[in-house]
Amino acid sequence: MKTKFTTDTKLESEIAYFENINLKLESGDIIDSFKLAFKTYGKLNADKTNAILVCHALTGDQYVAGNNPITGREGWWSRMVGPNKPIDTNKFFVICSNVLGGCAGSTGPKELQNGSDVAYGGNFPSVTIKDMVKAQSLLIESLNIEKLFSVIGGSMGAMQALQWAIDFPDKILNIIHIAGALKHSAQNIAFHEVGRQAIMSDPIWKNGKYFENNEVPERGLSVARMIAHITYLSENAMHRKFGRKLQSRDIISFGFDADFQVESYLRYQGKSFVERFDANSYLYLTRAMDYFDHDETFRKNIEFSHNPNNHLKYLIVSFTSDWLFPTMESKMIVNQLNSLSREVSFLEIDTDKGHDSFLLEEPQLDDVIKGFLTNNFAKIDE
Amino acid sequence: MNKINSIRKDWSLIETLIAEDRKILDIGCGDGGLMEQLENNRNAITHGIELNRDLAANAIARGFNVVHGNAELDLSQYSNNSFDYVILSQTLQAMMKPKDILSELLRIGSKAIVSFPNFGHWKIRLQLLISGKMPVTESLPYTWYDTPNIHFFTIKDFLNLCNEMNIVIEKSIGLTSKGKQFDISESITGVNFFTHEAIFLLSYKNFEPIKIKSSKKVFAKNSVIAN
Repeated sequence: MKTKFTTDTKLESEIAYFENINLKLESGDIIDSFKLAFKTYGKLNADKTNAILVCHALTGDQYVAGNNPITGREGWWSRMVGPNKPIDTNKFFVICSNVLGGCAGSTGPKELQNGSDVAYGGNFPSVTIKDMVKAQSLLIESLNIEKLFSVIGGSMGAMQALQWAIDFPDKILNIIHIAGALKHSAQNIAFHEVGRQAIMSDPIWKNGKYFENNEVPERGLSVARMIAHITYLSENAMHRKFGRKLQSRDIISFGFDADFQVESYLRYQGKSFVERFDANSYLYLTRAMDYFDHDETFRKNIEFSHNPNNHLKYLIVSFTSDWLFPTMESKMIVNQLNSLSREVSFLEIDTDKGHDSFLLEEPQLDDVIKGFLTNNFAKIDE
Repeated sequence: MNKINSIRKDWSLIETLIAEDRKILDIGCGDGGLMEQLENNRNAITHGIELNRDLAANAIARGFNVVHGNAELDLSQYSNNSFDYVILSQTLQAMMKPKDILSELLRIGSKAIVSFPNFGHWKIRLQLLISGKMPVTESLPYTWYDTPNIHFFTIKDFLNLCNEMNIVIEKSIGLTSKGKQFDISESITGVNFFTHEAIFLLSYKNFEPIKIKSSKKVFAKNSVIAN
């Protein structure tokens, strides 16, 4: 396999081109060529033992730390990844790539179809978490890294980490799985469906062909984001942050303006999301999460395909107030690994910040990630 | 004798009961102190369960395989005979169902190591006799209304329970309150009086497979123990 690498100065990203590779997707569709946009942080050591792949969540991207040129803000996990941070780039070589189907430079619905000047839009094939991981594995291979020290992710990133453990157990040493599950639950699919319906009900969406007129289904996409954002918080956190406080007024308006701070906040979240995310990509990626299901198969997969890989270590973390991926879901993974006597650690962190806790200030999360990586790395370094 | 010293002493005795290169589950592993000791001194592969969130986080951050959870609810997830030793140090008296826990220990592990403070120690008997109040001692330092220890028992009680459950006591070590160590099985008189802390190595030794006749299948050993 020969992979071409370029640097996109506008995106401030490396781009890996996989040409005529005929990537077969889980759906049966084939993508003959694709590209992945990625960023790296820190330096790969001489033995190539210090590489960590960070997998981003639904609306994340490759800008895990440093500047994000799309938003003009800091990377989404800057507090976790960097020099002397819990995922210490003085010590580790951190790779983060935009997922297949994403919209930050990797092949996805908003990119041009191979050999044409029309974007994929709704013609993009359905991608799954397994497909994303397969594409990532090709990237890792083309970077000449035989074995990743760790694969780390929260939410959809956790799904990818788990998929790595299932599909490529001999190419990794451990995974850190935060706020994830063996499957996307009925409730989660339901919320995603409402978001998708919001996008598809927007007259500008036009069966995914909105780009032909240089338009964006802003209303639908922002409503989808507002709904999703509620599921990332918790009732307590919302109450603590907003209560019933009014926005820029002393009395209620008896109308439908954003009287309450929580309304104003959600509208802002929706609006700013539209500026950075592609509506079609949102449809495809939410679908990929919906299709994720290892409920029945995980144990068998680990038991039979992993026998020589007892070395694989798992760190599973959940949050008390996460109702999107509740602790119970994480414990199902832990139970199955324990029943097979695998090396698993599990911690439920006490916080009211909901599903988004993994992106926020949680000292205990920092401590376990840092300690888990440092101590396990010291063991292989011996 | 302060508590830390008492636990360290306990640990070093537990270590003497464990062979090299074994797989161990430490229930109530705290921040992984005993696991560390057994990894270093016995080349053990260790797993732990810890109920306390902060201790579990510390243990994980120190690189140990520790699951934050409640042993009374979570032991069922482990497979039969998946460990060589299962250790329950100073915790049996705090369990809701000590008998169920004991049988779980020996289902998961080939051997179990259980240590506990002896409620039959003379100081405790004397306190209750003289003052008429629930005893508070170095090894049981809590008041009756605010204690994690909900099942008090003596060595004699424990021996009776093992007997009833067909558990074989392979080794037993007693410690006096002065830290003097002796073999419980060899000292016949006064053991229950002078033992401050006791450590037992347990197994279902000489367990003959029990065959239960059924039209199709023959159930053996494990399915009976699992019960």
